Amino acid sequence: MSTTAVTKPKLKTSAMIASFADPGQKTAPAPFGHALVKAAQENDRIVGLTADLGKYTDMHIFAKAFPERFFQMGMAEQLLFGAAAGLAETGLVPFASTYSVFAARRAYDFLCLDAAEPNLNVNIVGGLPGLTTGYGPSHQATEDMAIFRGMPNLTIVDPCDSVDIEQAVPQLAAADGPTYLRLLRGNVPTVLDEYGYTFELGKAKVLRGGNDVVFISSGLMTMRALQAAKALAAHNVDVAVVHTPTIKPFDAETVLAEINTDRLAVTLENHSVIGGLFETVASAVVTAGLGKRVVPVALPDEFLDAGALPTLHDRYGLTVQKIVAKVLAELE
Amino acid sequence: MTATQELHTAHKERMSQETASERLCRVSAAAYRIRHHALNMGEVQGQGYVGQALGAADMLATVYGDQLRFRAEDPHWEARDRFLLSTGHYAIGHYAALAEAGIVPVEELETYGSDDSRLPMSGMSTYTPGMEISGGSLGHGLTIAVGMALGLRYQGSSARIYNFLSDGELDEGSTWEAAMGAHHHQLGNLTAMVDINALQADGKTDTVLRTEPVTEKWESFGWYTQRVDGNDVGALLAAFDNAAAQAAAVGRPSVILCDTKVGRGVPLLEEREKAHFMRIEEHEWQTCSEQLTAGYEGKASA
Repeated sequence: MSTTAVTKPKLKTSAMIASFADPGQKTAPAPFGHALVKAAQENDRIVGLTADLGKYTDMHIFAKAFPERFFQMGMAEQLLFGAAAGLAETGLVPFASTYSVFAARRAYDFLCLDAAEPNLNVNIVGGLPGLTTGYGPSHQATEDMAIFRGMPNLTIVDPCDSVDIEQAVPQLAAADGPTYLRLLRGNVPTVLDEYGYTFELGKAKVLRGGNDVVFISSGLMTMRALQAAKALAAHNVDVAVVHTPTIKPFDAETVLAEINTDRLAVTLENHSVIGGLFETVASAVVTAGLGKRVVPVALPDEFLDAGALPTLHDRYGLTVQKIVAKVLAELE
Repeated sequence: MTATQELHTAHKERMSQETASERLCRVSAAAYRIRHHALNMGEVQGQGYVGQALGAADMLATVYGDQLRFRAEDPHWEARDRFLLSTGHYAIGHYAALAEAGIVPVEELETYGSDDSRLPMSGMSTYTPGMEISGGSLGHGLTIAVGMALGLRYQGSSARIYNFLSDGELDEGSTWEAAMGAHHHQLGNLTAMVDINALQADGKTDTVLRTEPVTEKWESFGWYTQRVDGNDVGALLAAFDNAAAQAAAVGRPSVILCDTKVGRGVPLLEEREKAHFMRIEEHEWQTCSEQLTAGYEGKASA
């Protein structure tokens, strides 16, 4: 070993909300906040709430535009969602934001019984879904979909980018029952505009075709799936990408039609391998009686490390490079 | 929202029509009928939270018989006051009050707790007309009430919101989150009524988790706080009148702490060892009913 080798400086955990946009990537600022303002201009029943995380969930944009329609509930998540249900009981359409971990883990009982059981139009906005912060398990909502999928009546949306979020918000407001949005905030990549795509609640969309592999992905992993598909083309592997932003109710029809081929099927999600997209797809495959192998790209069933987000995405297999390597290994 | 928004107070509309003693008699009679309804439901079911219903009957009679603005034939009337039953297991008492109010037919009470009934053991908004929320997971009611109070005020409603909770629910942190939130948002249209029967599932409240000093707790959270004998209709009416007098769209939320006795009105049950889920033998129901009637008639003729 050469004595002159330089050790690379270790990356440092960044601020709470680390950006996952690539350098130079097109982004949109606070797409959720602006979409909510726009929706609220057209629908005067929309109100906003947060539990001391307005600035961290882009709710501050709404609060500034509609101070009379914004309610700060303090760092009290049970109150946040109980009150959101109460607001909905009076005919309003609340969007209530906090981090996903607090919504799913701390306030579940309130969401389940006060919003979901009466099927109220309560819209949960959860920041830091999956692995989008390096702060460790206290803030990493790696199992939020696993927790929420068992809640009857709840619609779950895992958007990829700013396009998804902008188009989803008015549809979530228009949907009758409760919804959960896995929020991407700050400068959010704009990806899907290049694919002639529109978000439709409850629908999966084929973003690109491909003869060798089919990716079924949701959330920010659709962005990685598209990048990995391009990278795999250089290896002469032709990859289709199906984006399924609505996890529940799941568009099994579209997804199964894509899976029921000779192609290698891979699910990609920013979530634990337990209880998320992979298991949603797997159960649809089994229910339909397809004897088809499905390969998951997902977070492991572990409490994840703290650290810099790029380090962690690499460590847990969410990077384009890791996806490409996994697919090539599968095809060998 | 407007600070000057006039809130509704039902009792003012009635005050000109009856004397204080007529009012007391009317509400006491309602409480008596609510107790009888609860006993009848308990007898059909063979068991149930009869003790709580008897204890809370005077509170329920005061609200439904005197304070609450509602339309019996239209339980979803937009301008109605909201009564939230946070303690889902008190549904037996609430159904009795809904029957007394004419929202649920008296004949339907015998279906309480039966399959396919609109009157399940634990109260749910999705089953019963006049039931605003699905209570039962304790500590929820006041958080929902905060949202309703915010929402109704924002929409310019003059309706008031009453949340019925129990002293056991003071164990729940969410109750205090809501207490803080109501004060922060100055929800003067919100009234909490706490049934302090000093009994929880595992025993006496002071042996399970001490909640006292309850009055000081609510006062320190910024609420307009009154503590009364929750089985004294006159005291309840005075307390609710006080709360109504200071109710405002923007102002202090109000709490009425009501000390009650489990099984009140039926000496056999009042004296029995207190239990959260009271067991009453088949032959005892008749005695209960007779004792209730004798006590009421004795008081009425005194």
